[in-house]
Amino acid sequence: MRKQLRLSGSGGQGVITAAIILAEAAVSEGKQAVQSQSYGPEARGGASKSEVIIDDEKIFHPHVKAPDFVLAMTQKAADKYYTDLNADGVLILDEDLVPTPPQFKNIIRVPITKLAVEKVGKALFANIVALGVLAKVTKLVDFETIKKSVANRVPPHTVEQNMLALQIGFDAVN
Amino acid sequence: MSARLMQGNEAVAEGALLAGVRFFGGYPITPSTEIAEGMAKLLPQVGGTFIQMEDEIASMGVVLGASLAGKKVLTASSGPGISLKQELIGYAAATEIPVVIVNVQRVGPSTGQPTAPSQGDVMQARWGTHGDHSIIVLSPWSVREAFDLAVRSVNYAERFRTPVILLMDEIVGHLRESVELPAESEIEIYPRRAPKKSRAEGYEPYAPDEDLVPNIANFGEGYHIHVTGLIHDETGFPSGSPKVTRESIKRMHEKISRAADEIIDVQEEFMDDAEFAVVAFGGTSRTAYEAVLSARKRGVKVGFVRLVTIFPFADKIISELAKKIRGLLVAELNYGQIVGEVERAAKGQCAVKLCAKYDMTIFEPEEIEAAIDEMISEVDGE
Repeated sequence: MRKQLRLSGSGGQGVITAAIILAEAAVSEGKQAVQSQSYGPEARGGASKSEVIIDDEKIFHPHVKAPDFVLAMTQKAADKYYTDLNADGVLILDEDLVPTPPQFKNIIRVPITKLAVEKVGKALFANIVALGVLAKVTKLVDFETIKKSVANRVPPHTVEQNMLALQIGFDAVN
Repeated sequence: MSARLMQGNEAVAEGALLAGVRFFGGYPITPSTEIAEGMAKLLPQVGGTFIQMEDEIASMGVVLGASLAGKKVLTASSGPGISLKQELIGYAAATEIPVVIVNVQRVGPSTGQPTAPSQGDVMQARWGTHGDHSIIVLSPWSVREAFDLAVRSVNYAERFRTPVILLMDEIVGHLRESVELPAESEIEIYPRRAPKKSRAEGYEPYAPDEDLVPNIANFGEGYHIHVTGLIHDETGFPSGSPKVTRESIKRMHEKISRAADEIIDVQEEFMDDAEFAVVAFGGTSRTAYEAVLSARKRGVKVGFVRLVTIFPFADKIISELAKKIRGLLVAELNYGQIVGEVERAAKGQCAVKLCAKYDMTIFEPEEIEAAIDEMISEVDGE
């Protein structure tokens, strides 16, 4: 069954890295996955978006249309990227960075960046907190698999903090 | 080996390394930079050399020098950098130095749209450098194929002693997907050609072998080699002779054209009963394939033709197809480039229509499917 995700925010928030980890986790569970990205020429601050498609069948066209899940880490990203969401899809927002949520049926608001700062120590971990939220909400890959993928991808001396960030995100939603 | 998530650009670096590349010279540019990053990580592990030069021209020069000294070499860039490399690509063609140049295309001309996908450098890949020259251009549609064609590009560069352009696009270069790579033992490698005679036996570096390719000795292996971009005879020294000039240009074309049937790789799907077909290459063919699948579900007799080898162009294959079917739709992410080659090869035997896009975004399957329907109604109305 095909599932489509879009992770969006601004350059430097780590949404592309989060998408790569999610796709890696899906692949390590034997699923097909493609991950693509688009971003502006700026290294920091420009719009940043990454899309992941997970399926049991081979995936050709790599572009997401009518995503099942959209994560938005800025107001601008929320306004721009929720519009083609699947009607039954879920919009996940950073509560503080998206003060004005778009009009949509299924919205989950989590203080993602605030949790990263207050509980892990740095806003840098916001993308991994977000990944924990996504793991819980999407149920696309096993949480243990995501943990392994995070541990494989992040610098070794940060594994502990990233595991904490992931768990905090996972526990932040029901 | 089990499946893992890999990016197209990473796969190029992995493939080139397994094909024997031991020297990379480059200068970073989006969307090709991950190839340089990959080589910077991988080459030192096998005793190879990665060097970031001061610019793209020097990057091209340094790989040619390393190739002459016996290394299998790679450089990678995008449109603006590939434009700068053109003079030395011509030099490599004229002096018959094996080299693979990866172009991960982005929107041009000039600085264009640095992070957005395009397929606008197709004709540059063929004719970017001046003068009569031959060249091989390959274009992958998947991460696995980026790996495979990196290997094939290195092998062709060595076998034909020619520049080979691995023509990627941002779609495949930046795409990550699950991929299973072949074991090293499964990969065929074409070795660097070596002299078959000593100087005493009358060795001439530019004397062609039976396959019309010269066995030029590597620098530093005891032979005295002269390399010049001037037209040269078998000794490698310049010649002002009309006969040498004619034979030299002819041979450099024929060393590749005589092997064209082997080099030309075209994937055909759903062609058995097809009345129409979509022709595409690179990342666009992924979307074209879904468009064809969707049209087939509606009972439309449309096939899928993917150019893996862009140049030498698949003249014979397209001409044969054009005899059998009623229309070819060429989908490409530019204002219209490969469509001209398809028209030339089809020789008016069937309709050739263009489905072009050049607005920073990739095709959606619906757009190509609509163009298929439009082509069919146009052809039916003619």
